[in-house]
Amino acid sequence: MFKHLIKLIWNRRKKNSLFLAEIVVSFMVIFILSSFLIFYYQNYRKSLGFNYENVWVLRYSNPPELKEIDSLVRYYDQVRNVLKSAPQVKSYSFSGGNFPYSNSISNSNLDYKDKSFTGVNVYSIEGDYPKVMETELVAGRWFTAEDSLNKHKPILITKTLSQEMFGADNPIGKITGKAEKEAEIIGVINDIKSDGDYLPSGNSMFSQLKPGDVKWAGRILIRVSPDADAAFESNLYKLLSNTMKGSSIELSHLYDIRASRNRQTTTPMLIFAIIASFLVFNVSLGLFGVLWYNINQRKGEIGLRRAIGASAFAVNRQLVTEALILTTFSLLIGVFFAIQFPLLKVFDLKSSVYFIAIFISCIFIYLLVFICALYPGKQAAAIMPAMALHEE
Amino acid sequence: MIELKNIEKVYRTDTVETLAINGINLHVAKGEFLSIMGPSGCGKSTLLNIMGLLDQPSSGTIVVDTQNTNAFSDKQLAGFRNKKLGFIFQSYHLINDLQVLDNVELPLLYRNISSSERRELAAAALEKVGLSNRMSHFPTQLSGGQRQRVAIARAIVGRPEIILADEPTGNLDSAMGNEIMDILLRLNEVDGTTIVMVTHDEHMAKKTHRLVRLFDGSQVQ
Repeated sequence: MFKHLIKLIWNRRKKNSLFLAEIVVSFMVIFILSSFLIFYYQNYRKSLGFNYENVWVLRYSNPPELKEIDSLVRYYDQVRNVLKSAPQVKSYSFSGGNFPYSNSISNSNLDYKDKSFTGVNVYSIEGDYPKVMETELVAGRWFTAEDSLNKHKPILITKTLSQEMFGADNPIGKITGKAEKEAEIIGVINDIKSDGDYLPSGNSMFSQLKPGDVKWAGRILIRVSPDADAAFESNLYKLLSNTMKGSSIELSHLYDIRASRNRQTTTPMLIFAIIASFLVFNVSLGLFGVLWYNINQRKGEIGLRRAIGASAFAVNRQLVTEALILTTFSLLIGVFFAIQFPLLKVFDLKSSVYFIAIFISCIFIYLLVFICALYPGKQAAAIMPAMALHEE
Repeated sequence: MIELKNIEKVYRTDTVETLAINGINLHVAKGEFLSIMGPSGCGKSTLLNIMGLLDQPSSGTIVVDTQNTNAFSDKQLAGFRNKKLGFIFQSYHLINDLQVLDNVELPLLYRNISSSERRELAAAALEKVGLSNRMSHFPTQLSGGQRQRVAIARAIVGRPEIILADEPTGNLDSAMGNEIMDILLRLNEVDGTTIVMVTHDEHMAKKTHRLVRLFDGSQVQ
C-alpha cells in the first residue's frame, strides 16, 4: 500500500505542488522561529552568575571645577563615606560604564600563546564587586589591595573563557597578553549573563580600578539590604546630591535595567511569534482547504476504493497517510534549506540549536498536517460508496 | 447466490420523500447471468448498488452466498465486497494517475498479497481481456472500449464469484459494446461467474439468461 501511495503521489506531483509549497514555507517560518526560541530558552536556563536584586546603579559625572586626580579622589572619598554610613547599604563598588545589563560595550582582545580571543567583555571594578554582584568564584581569588604592587596587571576571567584558553589546565598564575599588556590571571568566576536572561554569557574579564580611575569610571554599583525602601532611596539620593554638588547623578535599579534589557530581546521575538502564529493559522486554514478540495475532487476514487474493498477507516487512513507522505517530501526540501543555516552560520547560533529546531519544526508540521487532514478524510470516508461513485 | 427480500429504498429530504425501490424480491442463482432493464430513474442502479452492498436499503434483507449482510459492520462489508464482488461501471471509474496495471491491482491492495503476486494476477487479468500490451499505459491514453476492458480486468482480478455491471456498454459504440459483452459472457460461461448487469440495451439483455424489468422502483417482469 505504501508503494502504491508513493506512486500515486508522484504521478500527482503537479496537482500537489501548492500543498508542497505551503508546507515548505510553513516549515521555514517555524524553523526560524523555533531556532531563536530554543536559543533563548537554552540561554534562559543557564545560571545568571550574579544577583541583580537589591542592586542600585548610581551614574555620576565629575564636577567640572575638579580637574586634578587627587582632588577627585578626595571628592569621591566623601561619597564613599556617605555610602559606608548609610545603614542599608551593604556594599558598593565603583565601576566602569560596562556593568550587567548596561548597553555599554567595553571589549578587548585576550591572547595566550597562539590563541587569541577577540571581543572579550571588560569590566573595570573594585575589590568589593563580588559582594555587590554576588558573583561566584570558582578558582583563585578576587583582587586585594596588594595587587596594585604586582608586576603584571591582575585579572579575573570567566569559566568558559578559561576552558577555551587553557582547557583542563589550571589558569591561575598564567600570564596573558604581550609586552606592556601582560596580565596575570588571579581568579576564575562563573559565566555571567550580562546582556540579559535570554542572551549568551560571552567571554568576560575583570580588571581592578586604580584609585585615580574614579575620574572616568562613571558608575557606582550599590548593594542594599532587602528592606531598603523608597524612603531610604530618597534619603540616600539627597545625601549623595548634597555630597556631590556640581555632579549630575542618577540613581536607578538594576532590576529595572534588566527588565528593559530583556524587553529588547523579547519584544521583537513576541512580534515575530505573533506574525508567525498568524501565518501558521492561515497556513493551517489553507492546508485544510487544499486537503478538503483535493479530497472532494477524489470522491469518485474514494467511492471506487470503498467498492473494491476499502473500509471507511482504510480510506481515512489512506488520505491522512498520503498527506503525511506529501509532508515528508516537503520537509525534505525544507530541511535541505534549513541545513544551510548552520553551514553558512546565518544567525551565528550553535549547530545543535538548528538541529533541535529542525526536529521540533518537523514534528509541528506533521501534527499540523495530521490535524488538518483528519477531518476532511473522515468526512470523505463516511460517504456511502454508492453516493461517492455517483458524485464523480 | 443473491437473495433480495422485500427491499425498499426511500430517499428523504426535508420536504420530499422518494421511493426508489419498492418491495423487490429477487433471487439470483449461482452461475446465472441476469440483466436488469427499465427506463431511466426506475431504480436499476440503486438496486444494483444495494445488491453490491454499496448502499443500504431502507428496509428488507440481502443475503449473499447464504450470508445475511444486514448486520455486517463497515469493515465486514468492505471485506465481503473485496472477496465476493466485482464491479464494472458505465464511466469505468479508473484512476487516471495510475497506470493500467496499477489500476487492475487495486482490489488486491486490500488483501494480504505480496507485490509480485499482485503484479502476476493483474497481468493475468489483463491478458484475459486482451490488454496485456497496454499495461504501462495511463487510462487517458486508451479508448473507451479499452478502458472498460481495464475495468473488467480490475473486477475479475480478485476472482470474485459475482460481478455487478452497471451499464458496462452504455458509453461505447455497438462494436465495442459487443466486445465487452463477449468478455462478460465468456466470464459467465467459462469461469461460472454470476453476473448481474444493468442495461438499456435490449439486444445485450437478450444475450443473458434472464431479464428483470423495473418500472418506478417495482419489478414488472
